[in-house]
Amino acid sequence: MRAAGWKWLIARRLSQALFVALFLAGPLAGLWVVEGTLASSLTLGVLPLTDPLILLQSLLARHWPEATALLGAAIVVAGYLLVGGRAYCSWVCPLNPVTDAAHWLRVKLGLREGVTISPRLRLWVLAGALAASALFGTLAWELVNPVTITHRALVFGGGVMWLVAVGVFVFDLAIARRGWCGHLCPVGAAYGLIGKGSLLRVSAVRREACDDCMDCYAVCPEPRVLTPALRGKAKGFGPVILSGDCTNCGRCIDVCPQDVFGFASRFDKREQTIGPQQGEYVP
Amino acid sequence: MTGPGEKKTVDRRELLAGGVRAVCGAGFFALGLGMLGRQAETRAAQSLRPPGALAEADFLAACSRCGLCVRDCPWDTLRLAGIGDGAALGTPFFDARAVPCEMCQDIPCVVACPTGALDHRLTDIKQAKMGVAVLVGQETCLNFLGLRCDVCYRVCPLIDEAITLERSHNERTGKHARFIPTVHSDKCTGCGKCEKACVLEEAAIKVLPAELALGRLGGHYRLGWEEKRKHGESLLKDIIDLPDRGYGDGTATPYGGAERGANGAFKEFKP
Repeated sequence: MRAAGWKWLIARRLSQALFVALFLAGPLAGLWVVEGTLASSLTLGVLPLTDPLILLQSLLARHWPEATALLGAAIVVAGYLLVGGRAYCSWVCPLNPVTDAAHWLRVKLGLREGVTISPRLRLWVLAGALAASALFGTLAWELVNPVTITHRALVFGGGVMWLVAVGVFVFDLAIARRGWCGHLCPVGAAYGLIGKGSLLRVSAVRREACDDCMDCYAVCPEPRVLTPALRGKAKGFGPVILSGDCTNCGRCIDVCPQDVFGFASRFDKREQTIGPQQGEYVP
Repeated sequence: MTGPGEKKTVDRRELLAGGVRAVCGAGFFALGLGMLGRQAETRAAQSLRPPGALAEADFLAACSRCGLCVRDCPWDTLRLAGIGDGAALGTPFFDARAVPCEMCQDIPCVVACPTGALDHRLTDIKQAKMGVAVLVGQETCLNFLGLRCDVCYRVCPLIDEAITLERSHNERTGKHARFIPTVHSDKCTGCGKCEKACVLEEAAIKVLPAELALGRLGGHYRLGWEEKRKHGESLLKDIIDLPDRGYGDGTATPYGGAERGANGAFKEFKP
């Protein structure tokens, strides 16, 4: 890998730390900016937010919630329609640093072996969790959801429940490469469905400058999403990464030595073409 | 990767097999989750729900496990359940012996609930039904032993309504009274202040979930005296009042003047 930028990675870690700090400022320092957890929260006493997957489970379990939860989920869906569905995964979710750490260690240790899981499996996990909610009249995924369990452990104290996060770490380290976030987590799958229509996307805006160094494929948590935008020009694909699986983490923007990638609107079909001399841009 | 203009050849059999595998897998997974959920529905008797909580099955369909009720409880009564706390993972509960509900008039926990798992129609805390206090330890309760402890009665926020002291004769001494703490389930909110305050090492009075604490008559049962009161008079006319057997010493004849023999038995009585 050549000289890599860190801008978006640092921004992302700061964002993750900020969300943890917002939720912990109340219980630790008495600064009640945000109350609750990622399942449902109240910011500054006025802004209600509710996780849309939790609300959906509740609706399927045949509970019609108070307007607060409906409004909260609508705000969350609207927000992620703007910034990218799985931006939740890479900028907010408390498990992302855990699985990123597992992946980092996996690379450091040179662990290449692992179970191959279809990335589509998370959609079936999602389907199963929703079916169980409907059939058994309970919030089925919340019985085992490592995301909310970890966040509750963080905000309310977890004790033995921290083992769930440890389990996800071990799974990603020893069993499957990017196993949890990239293949199994139905929360990510649900946000990925929102992401199918979201506005802010990564675009391979200078894809003509790509010299096939493969650095972006090496860092991307969902490398499949890169191919159509980066290499699909001949097949009629635009430069914008439209897959809902893209987490808008921006790591590809950081590492690309040719500055191929950048954030753009999903409707922005423009490309920068490369001039006759290599490296000279013609806007 | 296939482009828009390109035709992809798909083996139909493979597609079908993959689909069946995925659907069966998801179904199997759903079944496992559901069974886990059923197990989580069993709640320990000492784990009480906050005021206004829906019936347990409805509550588990509604509660988002966010902890806002816990945050807004000014007495730190409520906690979110971890493993082994006797309530479904992440749901709010309280243990009355540890910290009882102080019955805030504005019920902040209910107001905070975004989903309605705590029913917002509950606006009068006296109408809450978190459980019902039961004097389970009749062999150890100091009032049953003949003392005047009365602590559970004194601390009850609905004193003389939810708990009353009922006087009875102390058979052991033969000359004293016993004041028996008596819970009235229609008034008891299940706040648990009595259980918290009980002076014994193990509380003699405990708040139990209503389904454990209360019996229920069969729906078809009618209480004769209630029916009689509603009707204004006896529903059955001309009842033959047969003499009762076995009472009296044989001299008095309060039972319709039936004659008795020398041994006190009724003469010519054939049931």
